[in-house]
Order: sequence, then C-alpha cells, then structure tokens
Amino acid sequence: MTKSELIGSLAEKQPQLDQRDVELAVKGLLERMSAALEAGERIEVRGFGSFSLHERPSRIGRNPKTGNSVQVPDRRVPHFKPGKELRERVDL
Amino acid sequence: MALTKADLADSLFAELGLNKREAKEFVELFFEQICQSLGNGEAVKLSGFGHFGVRHKNSRPGRNPKTGEEIPIAERRVVTFRASHKLKERVDAHARSRG
Repeated sequence: MTKSELIGSLAEKQPQLDQRDVELAVKGLLERMSAALEAGERIEVRGFGSFSLHERPSRIGRNPKTGNSVQVPDRRVPHFKPGKELRERVDL
Repeated sequence: MALTKADLADSLFAELGLNKREAKEFVELFFEQICQSLGNGEAVKLSGFGHFGVRHKNSRPGRNPKTGEEIPIAERRVVTFRASHKLKERVDAHARSRG
C-alpha cells in the first residue's frame, strides 16, 4: 500500500471529508511525526508501536576500494518497535 | 516527552481545522489502516517517511539464555521499518547541527 492508496482508503471511510482534506491530514500527520523525531523526541502510539532514535557511535570505517581507513562520524537513526497488538495481528 | 495520538489529533485540529472528535477519529483510523494492511501481509510505503514491511521468519532452535534449555522458536511473521532517506537525513542533520 502506498501513501496515495492509504489516502484513498481513508477518504472512503471518512466520506464527510473530501479527498483533499484527507491528503492534507495524512501529510500533516507524517510531517508532525518526522518533526518530532528530528527534534529528538520519541513517538508512542498504543497498539501500533513506538519510534525512537538510536545513537550509532563514530567508528573507523574502510573504503572498500582503496582499503584506506576513514573516520565515520556518529549518527542518529530512527528505529521502530511494533506494539503488541500490531505484532499479534501480523504474526501467523 | 513522547509524541502521542492525542498530540497528533491536536495538530490536525490546529492546522486543518478538523473538529476534535474528527481529528481523534482520523488519527485512530490512520494507524488502524496501516495495521490492517500489515496484518494482511501487505507492506506500507509512505514516501518521504519510510517503509513498513512484513518479513517471514522460519522456525529455528532457540535457547533460554538463563537456563540454557533448548526451546524451538516457531515460524512467525514480523514487521520491519526502514526510514526513508529523507527522514534519516532530517534526523541526523539535526543531531549534527547541535554538535
């Protein structure tokens, strides 16, 4: 399912909103969530799961072509942990 | 403080003028729709945000790390998430700018 398919099925279930509003709402939610992570904030959605940030410390990497070592700076990456309900619904 | 469904509903109320009840219902439906798709084994790709996938894991022998006892782990299906490049960049660039 893509973002536009998600917008389509939400619009079907919310006939009082027009498609344009549904599109703005979906984009608004994703932007709000992205902004929270960008600001270093966690996201917790009961049943669905939580998003947090994992710190990757800086390390010595290697250029695989030349074999030179390079310092890879520390990084922060988004991480998603599915909630109990989602895990149970997806599992066989 | 973590961002919650209530915060998301507030932002739909403030930015899009949905009334509070509609906003709350919309947020519920948004996550329900994603859960439903994943529950059907179908991936959800939200461009600019990330990709929720469903992975099939075969059964494998496991072990209780405390007792060392062998216990089989049944085959199962799990959700994976890969953040989009755009989201990864936003999250990381911000961290870097703060030093």
